[in-house]
Amino acid sequence: MVDFTWLIGGPQGSGVESGANIFSKVCAEIGYNVFGKREFYSNIKGEHSYFAVRISEKKIQSNVNDIDLMVSFDAATIFRHFDEIVSSGGIIYDSDLEKTSTDDVNTLEQDFKERLHYRLETKNKRFTIKGVLETLQERGVKVYPVSFRDILSNLAEQAENPKFKGLVRMFNVIGVSLSLGLLGIPSEPLLHSIDSIFSKKPKIAEINKQAAIYSYNYASAKFDDFSHRLSGTTKQQDTIMIQGHQGTALGKMAYGCRFQSYYPITPASDESEYLESHEILQVYGDRPGSIAVVQTEDEISAMGMMIGSALTGTRSSTSTSGPGFSLMAEALGWTGINEVPVVITLYQRSGPSTGLPTRHGQDDLLFAVHAGHGDFPKIVYASGDIEESFYDTGRCFNYSDVFQVPVIHMMDKFLASSVVTCKRFEPNKISIDRGKLLDKVEGEYKRFARTEDGISPRSVLGLDNGIFWNTGDESDEVGHISEDPENRIKMMDKRMSKLDLISKQIPNDEKVSSFGVYEHTIISWGSTKGPILDAISMLRKEGIDVGFVQIKLIHPFPTDYIKILLKDSKTIIDIEANHSGQLGKLFTQNMVRNIDYFILKYSGRSMTSTEVYDSLKKIIENKSDKREILMHGA
Amino acid sequence: MALKLADYKTDVHNDWCPGCGDFGIVNAIQMALAEMGVQRDKATIFSGIGCSGKTSHFINTYGIHTLHGRVLTFAQGAKIANPEMTVIAVGGDGDGDGLGIGAGHFVAAGRRNVDMTYIIFDNGVYGLTKGQASPTLKLGEKTKSLPSPNTNFNVNPIGLAVASGFTFVARGYSYDVKHLKDLIIQAVKHKGLSFLDVLQPCPTYNDINTRDWYAGSDLVDEAQKRHSRIYKLEDTKYNPVVHYAGEAEVNEKMSQALIKSLEWDAKIPTGVFYKNEIVGPHAFRLLDKIQNYLENPPAFQRIADMQGNPATDISETLDHLMVDQNTNN
Repeated sequence: MVDFTWLIGGPQGSGVESGANIFSKVCAEIGYNVFGKREFYSNIKGEHSYFAVRISEKKIQSNVNDIDLMVSFDAATIFRHFDEIVSSGGIIYDSDLEKTSTDDVNTLEQDFKERLHYRLETKNKRFTIKGVLETLQERGVKVYPVSFRDILSNLAEQAENPKFKGLVRMFNVIGVSLSLGLLGIPSEPLLHSIDSIFSKKPKIAEINKQAAIYSYNYASAKFDDFSHRLSGTTKQQDTIMIQGHQGTALGKMAYGCRFQSYYPITPASDESEYLESHEILQVYGDRPGSIAVVQTEDEISAMGMMIGSALTGTRSSTSTSGPGFSLMAEALGWTGINEVPVVITLYQRSGPSTGLPTRHGQDDLLFAVHAGHGDFPKIVYASGDIEESFYDTGRCFNYSDVFQVPVIHMMDKFLASSVVTCKRFEPNKISIDRGKLLDKVEGEYKRFARTEDGISPRSVLGLDNGIFWNTGDESDEVGHISEDPENRIKMMDKRMSKLDLISKQIPNDEKVSSFGVYEHTIISWGSTKGPILDAISMLRKEGIDVGFVQIKLIHPFPTDYIKILLKDSKTIIDIEANHSGQLGKLFTQNMVRNIDYFILKYSGRSMTSTEVYDSLKKIIENKSDKREILMHGA
Repeated sequence: MALKLADYKTDVHNDWCPGCGDFGIVNAIQMALAEMGVQRDKATIFSGIGCSGKTSHFINTYGIHTLHGRVLTFAQGAKIANPEMTVIAVGGDGDGDGLGIGAGHFVAAGRRNVDMTYIIFDNGVYGLTKGQASPTLKLGEKTKSLPSPNTNFNVNPIGLAVASGFTFVARGYSYDVKHLKDLIIQAVKHKGLSFLDVLQPCPTYNDINTRDWYAGSDLVDEAQKRHSRIYKLEDTKYNPVVHYAGEAEVNEKMSQALIKSLEWDAKIPTGVFYKNEIVGPHAFRLLDKIQNYLENPPAFQRIADMQGNPATDISETLDHLMVDQNTNN
């Protein structure tokens, strides 16, 4: 069974991501499942970035701690990741770096250097790449020195083109090709993926292909002692390879979002840019449609424009991260009191404030639940992986239309910067439900007419005879300001009753995904799903069953259903990527039941299944603290 | 059936102070809509917060009373989604909609030039919170409920609008309703973002820029005759229109508007300061990318079939993501 992790690292701007894309595409094309994730600094050029790609024949949904093969063309990557390479693994590195010392690398933090020096000192090694490599060799790790510059020189000679010598931008392709050659992966898919990545620049594709073939042959001729060979496996049908932000973007396209306003913020803006680059939409049996993507002056404006558009009956959304969502809170209440259907896609990152702007965190759950002053109904819904996020986007729009409430769709940086293979999306799995949206109005119309279920038929701006008023003040049924105390009670009750309706009408399997309930059962939400499921299957192989209840509908909290699910479970383990165990707090508040163990991570890095597995094991063996804090990852 | 002025009025009780300048503005808007024959359900009035924020409730079209300072954002979103609708946004200077809390949106809206109208109720104070200084109150002035004189310099609304890219910039006076109505009609018909700064005495809190002050009751000329501070640019040789797309022409017309906007105190110009229809509205910029945007804008698109299946066909995009796309091709 192949379960292999490859890591490529280099300075930001050096093509680490496209290198990883090529590797991932190649592995996917020869039939493997792929799970990759990108880590990067808040920086444009120069700081350390890396991409870890895990591949397997089985379905995988997370990264692991171990690296089987690392390729690096800079010293920072080696200093930061060498410890993660397993003893049976290997490293391809640029031999010109051997003399580089930690002091030569100005991107290493002082804290990091001190930790590294301590480790090297105890092993009696110098603080250089050479010193680091010696520790690897002593552990049995195979080291494969390659002078990347010599490769360029040889290419220049072979192609009789001196320009090749200076093409350090191709280090990424060289690194990938060396890896593939070493692993014995067929070279055809490599050329395919270079073609597809540089499809608009055939000349560049050609040069890169020459470099790729040269490096590929170089590695396969020179290195033959690596224990891993990856020859491919049976191809699965209908598989797509997709990056995190594309799930919600495609969901918005398919499920009828026709207006998106946004203000640039990591890690959310990739979604808006993807939408804008696909703004013309094909429509079955009709003229093309389109989505208007508007970059606004700030997130307040993004929110205001989205609401304005939603009032015309257009499915409208915005996409942001924590700092931007903070600015949206006031207008969120406006959508609540005026019962405007909108979807806010919230790609969380580490807070508070700017926090770790390019790093992962699930810090904003309680904020999303409580955002906005005053009592008003809203829905907070969390997706656990990229495949889910596509369908969930359709659900979120349906919920917002049917219940006429703002919906906050929780995503995060881990999801946004993951690249995975999954089953091709089938848009027809979710149908579009616009609730009580009117396409014509006859007779007297009252926007907030009191009805049995609390939901009023909805006219939209510009509809014949459908005139209504909205106001952020309390209003009467027509929408005019009213401070009458009895009207106030009626209107508050009308709006707030929707929370019960939501709880009743959303089916249980959309509220919660249960992956079995045992004596020990995990509760969690969002992107921890993958690492948890992979950890659970590792434990299952050892005959240990751990349950997992993934809560998707966060607000209103599905208390009744979770109570039924967990009634026989003795130990509840809450797993989240934040400091305070925010879901745990909601759980305890709603269920009147304590969390027995917390597994938390707030280093800004996503969880690996390895560390989840380790912590669960400790809990089962009764060796765990109440709070297990995870630390893995550079 | 032709609509009458009364059709544009709601029966909502108007609780503005007696003598408030706002009445003139709401009347002028209703008169302008009636004169243009705008269908009531094809127009939306967006308003901000404060006294002026209530305007949308008094006009019998769609009315959206938004948030403090954010009126332009709501209005632009609606207009972009449904470009067939007539959109008028109103806000106070005092509620800060355009010049205080919402000043960022004001500037950005100018750059965007969405085809709609923005009217500021300019009275120098925050009325509904009991008379604090607003962004247009002059430095050192002390209106009656201020504990001490204003310590901030005033914003120049006309100058800011011109500099931000508004393509129609004008000023009206709320006690000259007929002139104001004519300006509103010009503003609504303008292809692009139009801005109207309406001088509007607050009888309760601004005891400096009063109706009498605008009428020039304190100004006496050599012949011992009183004369109004307010005058109309169209009665002078001033020509606000940019006639051709030359840099020199645009610069000249902008500079002239900026200079004119600085006139205050003894003589206060009203009328059109700047008009440029050579700069295309935002919709034209979208048309460059989305060719059928105006025939098939966001608000009118069919997104599902009769059974509720998604009408959008994303299969081509999904094909590009297929793992074996290369072998297929």
